[in-house]
Amino acid sequence: MENLAKNLWVIPLLPLLAATVGTFLPRRLHRVTAGLSVAALATAAILAAAAFLSVVRGGALYSNVPWFETGTLSVRVGWILDPLSAAMLLMITVVGTLIFIFSTGYMAEDPDSGRFFCFLSLFAAAMLGLILSNSLLLLFICWELVGLASYLLIGFWYSRPPAADAARKAFLTTRIGDLGFLVGLIWLYSESGTVLFYDQGAGCLEPAALSGIAGRATAGGLALGTAISLLLFCGAVGKSGQLPLHVWLPDAMEGPTPVSALIHAATMVAAGVFLMARMFPLVALGGSAELPAPALVVMAWTGALTALFGALTAVAQTDIKRILAYSTISQLGFMMMGLATGGPAVGMVHLLTHAFFKALLFLGAGSVIHGCHGEQDIRHLGGLRRRMPLTFATYAVGMMALSGVPVFFSGFWSKDAILHSLSHWAPSRVPFLLGVLTAAVTAFYMTRQMIYVFAGTSRGPDSAHAHEGSPVLTVPLGILAGASIALSAVTTPFRPWLEHFLSPASTPSESGSVWGILILSALACGAGLAAGGILYRNLGVALKTGRDPLERWVPRMYTLMRDRFRFDEFYRATLVKWVGAAAWISAALDQSLGSVFRDLASFAASAGSWLSRTVDQGVLNASFDDGCQAARDAGGLLSRTHDGQPQRSLRILIAGVIALAAGLLFLATS
Amino acid sequence: MLAFPLYLCFASALGLLLWRRTASRLPHWITLATCGLGLLLTVTAVIQRTPGAEVVTLVRLPWIPTWGAEFHLAADGLSASLLVLTGIASVGGVLFSWNVQDRPGEFFSLYLTLIGAVYGVFLSWDLLLFFVFYELAIIPKYLLIARWGSTRRDYAAMKLALYSFLGSAAVLVGIVALYATSGLNTLDLSALARHSFPPSTQAWAFPVLFAGFAILAGLWPLHTWAPTGHVAAPTAASMLLAGVIMKLGAYGCLRIALPLLPEGARESRFVFGVLAVAGIVWGALVALRQRDFKFVIGYSSVSHMGFVILGLAMATPLALSGAVLQMISHGIIAGLLFAVVGRMVYDRTHTRDLEELGAHRLGKTLPFAAVTFVLAGFASMGVPGFSGFIAELQILLGTWPVSGRLVAVAGFGILLGAAYVLRAVHLGFFRGDDSPPLEALAPPAPITVPEVLGSGLLLVSTVGLGLFPGFVLDWIQPALAGPFFDGLRRVMVP
Repeated sequence: MENLAKNLWVIPLLPLLAATVGTFLPRRLHRVTAGLSVAALATAAILAAAAFLSVVRGGALYSNVPWFETGTLSVRVGWILDPLSAAMLLMITVVGTLIFIFSTGYMAEDPDSGRFFCFLSLFAAAMLGLILSNSLLLLFICWELVGLASYLLIGFWYSRPPAADAARKAFLTTRIGDLGFLVGLIWLYSESGTVLFYDQGAGCLEPAALSGIAGRATAGGLALGTAISLLLFCGAVGKSGQLPLHVWLPDAMEGPTPVSALIHAATMVAAGVFLMARMFPLVALGGSAELPAPALVVMAWTGALTALFGALTAVAQTDIKRILAYSTISQLGFMMMGLATGGPAVGMVHLLTHAFFKALLFLGAGSVIHGCHGEQDIRHLGGLRRRMPLTFATYAVGMMALSGVPVFFSGFWSKDAILHSLSHWAPSRVPFLLGVLTAAVTAFYMTRQMIYVFAGTSRGPDSAHAHEGSPVLTVPLGILAGASIALSAVTTPFRPWLEHFLSPASTPSESGSVWGILILSALACGAGLAAGGILYRNLGVALKTGRDPLERWVPRMYTLMRDRFRFDEFYRATLVKWVGAAAWISAALDQSLGSVFRDLASFAASAGSWLSRTVDQGVLNASFDDGCQAARDAGGLLSRTHDGQPQRSLRILIAGVIALAAGLLFLATS
Repeated sequence: MLAFPLYLCFASALGLLLWRRTASRLPHWITLATCGLGLLLTVTAVIQRTPGAEVVTLVRLPWIPTWGAEFHLAADGLSASLLVLTGIASVGGVLFSWNVQDRPGEFFSLYLTLIGAVYGVFLSWDLLLFFVFYELAIIPKYLLIARWGSTRRDYAAMKLALYSFLGSAAVLVGIVALYATSGLNTLDLSALARHSFPPSTQAWAFPVLFAGFAILAGLWPLHTWAPTGHVAAPTAASMLLAGVIMKLGAYGCLRIALPLLPEGARESRFVFGVLAVAGIVWGALVALRQRDFKFVIGYSSVSHMGFVILGLAMATPLALSGAVLQMISHGIIAGLLFAVVGRMVYDRTHTRDLEELGAHRLGKTLPFAAVTFVLAGFASMGVPGFSGFIAELQILLGTWPVSGRLVAVAGFGILLGAAYVLRAVHLGFFRGDDSPPLEALAPPAPITVPEVLGSGLLLVSTVGLGLFPGFVLDWIQPALAGPFFDGLRRVMVP
C-alpha cells in the first residue's frame, strides 16, 4: 500500500512518456505513435484497476515530496489515492483507453494523426495528474495543462478558421475562471500556510487548518472560507461550462470528435465538479442542513440555472455535436446541484455515470459523422437506423441513459439521487422544480435528436450512402453501452454501493421518499419522451416547409433557444468590445506617451534655454557689461596717474611706501 | 573564476576591433568561443562552490583612494544566478547572429563590450565601479541599434540612449547622496548596507534611485524606449536588450536601492507597486493591438518586467525571490521570442507585419520556427512547466499580504498575456484558410544549425527552470536571507 502511494506518479507518467516519444518520431510513423499512446493508457488502466481495488479494500493514502524552497515556504507536492481519486482514476483510464482505440480508426486517414495522439496523451497525463494530486498547487498546474491540451486539440485542424477561433476562445474563457482559482489559491496559501490537502494533520483540508479559517471574516463581511471557496468556484465555472462562462464549450466541438468525447464530455469539463468535490470540506465550512454554507447555495443556483439553460438550448440546435455539447453543459449543472445539495458523493456518482454514457453518445456521433463523410447537420441526416444498426443500438442506450429512462440505465439512478437531495434542500424549492423540468426537457431533446438522425428516411446525399465503421469504431461503443447499463447495479438507492464508496459517511435515505422521487423522475422522463415523439412523428413532412416542428409551434422561443439566448452576442457587444477599446486607448496613448515626454522634455529644454538666455543677457551679461564699464571707468581714472610724468609717479610711489611703512609700524606697535 | 568572463569579453572585444580582417566567419567563432567559455567558466564556478549568502570577493584593488572607490568585484547567489543568465543569453545571441555579414568584426566587438559591461554590473561591489559599467553598457547599445538596426533605427537608438541617460542621471544623484550622507568615505556596498541612513534622506533618495534604475527595467510610464528600441535593434541586440539589459535596472534596484534604503522602500512601496501593475496591464493591452510582430514581443517585455518591478516594490522575501526568478525567466523567454521573430521569421520573409505574414503560411513552411514560438509563447503566458509560472506565482504570493487588489489586477494582466500570445501565434503562423491569398512566395530558407542549437539552449533552460526551480532558488534564497539584506528584512515585515 505504501509503495502504491509513493509510485502513483507512474500512472500519469505513462501517457506523458508516450507523448514525449511520439513527439520525436517522424511523421510517417504515426501508427507507432497511436499504438504507443493506446498501450500506455491501457497499462495505466490496469494499474488504475489495481489501485482502485486496493482502495476498496483499504482506506485513503497519500505521500508528499518536497519540490523547492523559496522565501519562507517549502513547496511540497504529493499524490493521493482516496475513493474520490480512485474512482476518477478508473473512469478516466477506462473511458480514455476506449476513446483512444476509437481514435485509431477515426483519425486513420489524417496525415497528422501522430500529432493528434501526442496531444491526446499529453492531455491524459495532465488529467490523471490533476485527479491524483494532493496539493492545490499541483492540481492547478495540471488544471492549466489540461486547458493547454484542450486548446491544442480543439485547434487541431487549425487551418479551419472556426477551429482556430474556438481554440482561442476556449483557452481564454476558461482562463477567466482560472484567474479566480489562482487568487483563491494564493489566498488559501496565505491563510493556512500550505496548499497540501492532507499532510498528517497539517493539510489545508484537515481540521486544524479548517478551524483556523472558520469563523473569520474578510473585509467585505464575507466569511473567509466562503470567499476562498467562491474564488475556487470561478475556476470550476470556467472549466465545467457553467453559466456565465459556458460559451466556449459548444464552440469546442470544432475539435475532432474523440476529443469532444474525452475532453469536452467525460473528463476535463468534469474537473470543475471534481475540484469542488475535492475542496468540499472547505466549501461546506460553517454550514448546516438547515442553513448551508453560502458557497454551496451559490453553487446550487448556478447549477440549476445552467442545467435548465443547457437543456433548453440543446432543444433548438441542428448540429449533432452541439446538441450533445449543450446537453453536457446541462448535465454539469446537474452535477453541481447534486454536489451542492447532497454532498460530493451525489455529484460524483452522476459525474461517473455521465462520463460513460456521454462518451458513448459522442463516439456514436463520431461514428455517424465518420459514416456520413463529415455531415454533422441533423437536418441532412435521417434513416440511419437501418444503415448503421450497431451505432443506432448503442446510441439508443446512451440516449436512454441520458434521458433517464427508468430501471436499466445508470443515468436514471444518478439523476434521481440528485433530484432526491434537491427535494430535501432547505433554502429553496426552486432548484428542485428546475431540475425536474430539466429532466423532462432532456428526454425531449434527445428524442428529437434520435428521430432526426436515425428515424425516417435519409435527407441528404451523405447519409444516403452511410456505412457502419470498422470494429475499431463499434467495439468501444458496445463496451461503453454495456458500462452505461451495468453501472446501474451499483447506483440504485436500494444498493448505493458507489455512493457509499465515495462518501462512507452519507446516510441512506428513507425508503418512502425514495419512491416518490423515483416516480416523479420517471414521469418527467416519460413526458419528455412522449412530447418529443408526438411533435416529431411526422418529421419528414414537417421539414418540407424548412422549419422545425417546434419552431412552428413556438417560433419566438425557438429562435431565442437557437440563438443560445444570445450570450455570445452579449459578450461581443460588451466584454470583448471593452477590452478592445481599452487596448485601442492604451495603444493610442502609448504612442503619445512618448511624444508627451518628448514635448515635456523639449519644453523644459527650451524653457531652460530661454531662462538662461534671459538671465544671461539681463543679469549676467548686463552685470558683465556694467563690470566692464566700471572697469573701463576705473581704468580711465587710474590712467590719469599714468600720464608719463616720472616725478609724479615717483612721488606717488614714495608716498605709498611711506604710508605702507607707517601702517606696518602702527600694526607692529599696537 | 567568476570574474574571468568579464576580462575575456573585453579582451576579445578589443582584439576584434584592432584586427580588421573580418570578412570571414572568424569573428563569429571568436565571439561564440568567448561567450561559450564565459558560460562554461561561470557554471564551473557555481558548481565548484554553490553560491549563497556569502559575498565572495573576487578582486579588490584600490582605485581612487581619496573617494574610497575601489576596483572591487564580488558575487553572492544573486549575482551568480544572473551571471548564468548572461552567459546563456550571450551564447544564444551569437547563435542567432550567425548570419551577420555587415562588418562582423565591429558588430561582435560591440556585442562583447555590451556583455562585458553586463558582467561588470553584476559583479561590482563598489558603487562607482557599478555606475561605470552601467554607463558603459549604453554606448554599444546605441551603436548596435544605430548601425545595424532596422525600422527607425536612429530615432530608436537616440530615444533609448536619452531614456538611459535620464535614468542614469537619477541614479548618479542617488549614489552621490548615499556617498555624501553616509560620511563613511566609502563606496563599498557591504559597508553602506550596514549603515542606516536617516529616514529623511531615505524618503527622497529611495524614489530617485529606484525610479532611476527602474526606467531601464521598463517602469511605466517611462517604458516607451523599450519597445521602440527592441524593434529597431538587430536580433542579437534585441535578445540582449530584453534579456539582460533590462535586468540591469532591476538588479540596481535590488542590489542598491532596496538594501541600502529600506525605510524609503517601505514608504513608497505602494506607489511603485501601482506603477508596476499599471505596466503589466498596459503593456499587455498595447501588445494586443500591435501589427508589427516585434512590437508585440516588445510590449510583452514591458508587461513581464512589470512583474519584476512589482516583486521588487513589495520586497517581501517571496516577492523578491520571485522577482529574481522572473528576471532570469524573462531573460530566456524574451530572448527566444525575439530570436524567432527577428532571426527566423524577419530575416527570411522581410516582413514583420502580422497581417502580411499569413501569406507565408509559416506553420507549414517553417514548422521549427512555429513550434519554437508556440512553446516560447506558452512559457511567456505563464503555463506551468515553464519558468515564468513559478516566478510570477511567487511574486503574486509575496504581493498578497501587502495588497490583494494589486494581485487581482496583475492577474488580469496574465489573462491579457494569454490573449496577445494566442493572437500572435494565430496571425503569425497558423492563419490557415483565413490567410491572405497565396502569392508566388519563395519558400523560406531552411532553418540553420545555429538556430536549432540556440533555440534548444533557451528552451531547455526555461523548461529546466520551470520543473526544477530549486536549482536556482537554492542560490537566490540564501542570498536574500543573508546579512546583506538584513536591514530590508527588518523593515519589510509583511
